Amino acid sequence: MLGGVAFDQQIIVGMLFAIIFTGFSLALPGFLTIGNLFTLMRTVAVLGILGLGMAIVVIGRGIDLSMIAALAVPSGVTLAVAAAGYGLIASLAAGIAFAIAIGILNGFLVAYAEIPPLFTTLAVGIGVAGVGQSGLFEYDIVPWPPSLNSIAWIGRGALLGIPYSVLAFAAAAVVVAIFLRRTRLGLFVYSIGDNLNAARIAGFAVRPMVVLQYILSACIALFAGLVLSASSSNMDTRIFNLTWIYDVILVVVLGGIGLSGGRGGVLNVLLGTLLIGTIVNGMTILDISFEMQNFIKGMVLLAALLLDSIINPRNEETAQQGDI
Amino acid sequence: MANTYTNLRYKYWPDHIFGELLQKQWMETVVPLLVLVITALYFSSRIDNFISISNLADTLRQASELGFVVLGMSLVLIVGGIDLSVGSIFALCNLTVLYCMNVLQLPVGATIAIGLLMGGFLGGINGFLIGYMRMRAFLTTMVTLIVFQAVHLMLNFKLAVAISSALPDSDLWDFIGSGSILSIPFVVWVFALIAIASHIFLTRLRSGWRVMAVGGNRRSAYNVGLSVNRIVALSYVASGVFVAISAIFYASRLASAGADTGKGLEITVLTAAILGGIRLGGGKGSVTKAVLGTLIILLITNGLLRLAVPAGASRVILATILLLAAALDIRWFKNRHKAVEEFYVSPSYLELPQLAPDATGPASAYALNDRLRHVETIGLGEVEAPEDVILDEEDNLYCGSRHGEIIRFFAPDYKRHEVYARIGGQPLGMTFDDKKNLYVCVGGMGLYRVTSDRKVEKVTDETNRSWLSVVDDSRLRLADDLDIAPDGRIFFSEATVRYEMHEWPTDSLEGRGNGRIICYDPRTNKTTTVLRNLIFPNGIVISSNRQSILFAESWNCSIKRFWFDGPKAGQVEFVIRDLPGYPDNINRASDGNYWLALMGMRCPAFDLAMRKPAFRRRMSKQLPGDEWLAPNINTGCIVKFNEQGQILDVLWDEGGVNHPMITSMREHRGYLYIGGISNNRIGRLKLDGADRTFVSSRHAYV
Repeated sequence: MLGGVAFDQQIIVGMLFAIIFTGFSLALPGFLTIGNLFTLMRTVAVLGILGLGMAIVVIGRGIDLSMIAALAVPSGVTLAVAAAGYGLIASLAAGIAFAIAIGILNGFLVAYAEIPPLFTTLAVGIGVAGVGQSGLFEYDIVPWPPSLNSIAWIGRGALLGIPYSVLAFAAAAVVVAIFLRRTRLGLFVYSIGDNLNAARIAGFAVRPMVVLQYILSACIALFAGLVLSASSSNMDTRIFNLTWIYDVILVVVLGGIGLSGGRGGVLNVLLGTLLIGTIVNGMTILDISFEMQNFIKGMVLLAALLLDSIINPRNEETAQQGDI
Repeated sequence: MANTYTNLRYKYWPDHIFGELLQKQWMETVVPLLVLVITALYFSSRIDNFISISNLADTLRQASELGFVVLGMSLVLIVGGIDLSVGSIFALCNLTVLYCMNVLQLPVGATIAIGLLMGGFLGGINGFLIGYMRMRAFLTTMVTLIVFQAVHLMLNFKLAVAISSALPDSDLWDFIGSGSILSIPFVVWVFALIAIASHIFLTRLRSGWRVMAVGGNRRSAYNVGLSVNRIVALSYVASGVFVAISAIFYASRLASAGADTGKGLEITVLTAAILGGIRLGGGKGSVTKAVLGTLIILLITNGLLRLAVPAGASRVILATILLLAAALDIRWFKNRHKAVEEFYVSPSYLELPQLAPDATGPASAYALNDRLRHVETIGLGEVEAPEDVILDEEDNLYCGSRHGEIIRFFAPDYKRHEVYARIGGQPLGMTFDDKKNLYVCVGGMGLYRVTSDRKVEKVTDETNRSWLSVVDDSRLRLADDLDIAPDGRIFFSEATVRYEMHEWPTDSLEGRGNGRIICYDPRTNKTTTVLRNLIFPNGIVISSNRQSILFAESWNCSIKRFWFDGPKAGQVEFVIRDLPGYPDNINRASDGNYWLALMGMRCPAFDLAMRKPAFRRRMSKQLPGDEWLAPNINTGCIVKFNEQGQILDVLWDEGGVNHPMITSMREHRGYLYIGGISNNRIGRLKLDGADRTFVSSRHAYV
C-alpha cells in the first residue's frame, strides 16, 4: 500500500526477526518459554511506546531527540505535583501541560523558525533536561507518591499473565495506528512526510500539523514515563542521556520507517521493538556485557542501514540536498 | 529651508552604505565575531579577571584542543554531512595513544603516527559507509558513536589499570602536553598553523573548492564530474584525523583514560560550529567561523562555570543559545536577499532647475517638429539595440547589438550586413582610433578593442579601487561612452558603480552620483578614475579645444566640461544645466558644434519625486519593481549645441513613429545616422548644407 520501499524493508526485518528468533529458540534453553517471552515484552514495552511517538514524527519527516527528556521531566513533574498534595487530575494536567509545552516549543522551532528537527530537538532535549536539573525537583529521583496509586497499575502487575506495561504498549499501538491510518490528521502526517511542499500547495496547514506531531510525541513520551515510573516506583530525572534515544531511533529505523518520511506505520514499530527485544533478551540470557550488547546492537543497525541503502540506493539524483 | 535640510541630510548621511554592507559576504563572519565580543564583554563585566593573561593562555589551550574537533566537524558539515561519532573517536584515540605511550613505551613519533592512523581509520569507517555505501550521515555516525563507545569501554576496562600504573619518560611528550613557546602553549601554535593551512586549503586550493562544490550542490558537483563519493568519504577521514590530533594533545596533557572521555563532545562541537555560522546542509562555512564558534562556546562554558551556574541552568542556557543561533542563521540565510533588496536602493536628494511649462513650446529653443519622421531606415528588423553607430573612412556603418556583436553594414546602400566582431557583452559607445582600431565600451565587461584585422582584445576592465567605497568599484560595471584625446588617452564614462546594466532604471531612482569618468592611458597601460560622484555620466566627446571633454550627466539633465589639460586642468564646469530631457551620447558636428541625443524627456512629477527621497525609498520598499516610477524614455530628440551651450537646432519625431528613443547620432558626409538602444533600426537623415567631407570617425585633431 505504501510502495515497494517500505514493503522491502518490512520483509527484511521480518525475516531477520524470524531468523534470530528461531536461532535463539533452538540454541538458547529457556528462551522460548512463556515467562521469558513476557519478560522480553516487558523490557521493551517502554521503548516500544517511545518508538510509537518517534514513528509519528519520523513519518512526518522529522525526528524527535528530546523524547527522553520529555519522558523524564513531565512525568517527574506529575509525580512531584501529586506528592505536593494536589489531586490526580491536577497532577496529570500539570504533566500533560508540560509535555504539550515541550511539543509546542519543538514544533514551533521546526515549523516556523525552520531549524532542522535534529538540532531543535537535540537542543530542546538538553534544555528540558537542564530545567529538570535546576531545582524543579527536590531530589533527582522523584518517588512515586501514594496519591497516584490509583493509576499505578499501568506499570505494575499483569492481566491474565500479560504484564500491564505490555498492555499499555498494545493500547498505545492501537491508538496510534488508528490515528495514523483512520483519521484525516494521520493522513496529513503521511502526506507531509511524503512531500511537504506538495502538501502545502494542496492546502494543508503544514506548520500547525508539524507542531501537532511534536506535541503528540511529547505526550506519548509522558505516557511512557508514567508507565516506567509506575513500574519502578520512581522517576530518575537524570535518565536523560543520549544512548537511550538511539535505541528508540533504532526501533523505528530497524522496523523500516524510512527517515525520509511518509513511509511505515505502527506495524514497523512493533517489528522493530520485537527484534530489539529479542536481541537484547537473547544477549542477556547469554550473559553478554552491556558494552558488548551495545556493540552488537550497533552492528545490527549498521547492517540494516547498509542493506537498506543497497536495496534502495540513493544517488545524486534521488538524495535531497541538505538531507543529512 | 526644508529642502536645504533634506539636501544636507541626504548629502552627508551615507544611506547607501547599509545596503552595500549587507551585500558583503564577510558580513556573515561579522555576526559571530560580534557575538564573541559581546560574550567576552558580558562575562568580563561580571567576573573579575575573566580575561587575564594567565587565563588567556589557558583558554587558548582549551580552545585549540576543542578547535581541532570543530575544524573537522566544520569540514564534514561543509560537505553536507554530520559527524556525531567524534566523541567516541576522541576516546578511542586517547586510549590508543596512552596505551602506546605508557604501556608499549613506543617513541613519541610512532605514538603520534599510530594515534593519527587510528583517527583516520575510524573516520574512514564513517567515510566508507557514508561516502561509498551512501548511508545517511546522521544515522550512521550515531550508530558508530555507540559502536566505538562500546569498543572504547570494553578496551578501557582492560587497559585502564595498565595505563595509569605506568608513566612515560619523555621530555618531548611533556612538551607536547604542557610546553609553551613565547609563553603561548605549544598546542596553540599547532592549532594556528593547522587552521591557517585549512583556510588556505578551503579557499585557495582546487581540492578545497571541490569540497565546497560538493557541499554547495551535490548533484551539480556529480554532473560536472567530481568524484563526490571520494570527497565525502575523505571529509570523514579528515574529521577523524582532526579528532585524533586533539586527542593526542589531550592525552599528553592529562594522561587519563576515563570511561567518560569525550562524552557529549559532539554536542559542544556542533554548537560551536553552528554558533560560528557554519550551515547545516553544507556549502557554507569557513575556518574563521569555526574558530569564532569555538571561542564563543568556550567563553560561555567557562564563564558559566566561573559564575557557578548550576549544571542544569547552564544546560538550559547552552540549549537556548544553540537554538537562537540556528534560528537566526536560518532565517537570515533565507531572507538575506530580501533584506539586501530592501536596503540596497537608497534614493538621494536631487534638485533640478525648474522645468519651464512650455519647455518644448513653439517659442522655445526645443520647439517640436517632425523632421525625424521621414528618415530612411537601415537594417530595419535586422539589428537590435544599436546604442551607438559609427562610420569608417570607407563609409561602412558599425553598430552594436543586444546579442553582444558588432554589426557592419556595407556602403553604399547599407542593404548587406555582417557580424564584424563578437564581443560577448552589449556594445555601447564606440570610436575609432587613427589606426582603424575600433574601441568599444561594453556593458558589464569594460573597455574593449576590435583591431583592424578584427581581433577582439580587452583594453581594460578595472580601475583603481577607492579606499572608502564599500562596493568593489575596481571592476567596471557599466562602461558607457568614450572618446580618444589627442595624446592617445581614452576617456570613458562609467554610468554607475552600484548597478548592473539592466538595472539602470533603479539607478535613475537614486539620483546619486554613482558614476565616474575613467581614463585609460595606453602609454602606461594604466587605468585611473579621474572624476567621481557623477550622476549617470553618459556621452563623452573631446571638445574642439583639445584640452577638455564634454560629458553628459543623464539624471542631472546637464552637460559639463572637464579640463584634462591646459591651465584649467582638473576643473569641471557646467555647459548646459537645464536640459528638458535626459542627455545621452554627444558627438561632433561638421561645423564644429556638437550633436546631443536626448533619450527621454523630463516631467514635473518625476522631478518632484527626485526632491523627495523618503517618498522614493518608501516606494522601493513597498512596491514591486515594475510599479516603481521611472524616467520617461518614450520620446526624445536630437539637439545641436555650441561650445557655449547654446541650443542651435532640434530634431524631433513628434509621433514617435521612427525614432521614439534616441541614444546616439553621428554626422557623416552630409548625413546624420541615428541609433537607439531600444530600437530595431538605424535612421539616416540628409542634412542640408553640411560638410560632405566630414567623416564621423576622424578626430578633430587629425
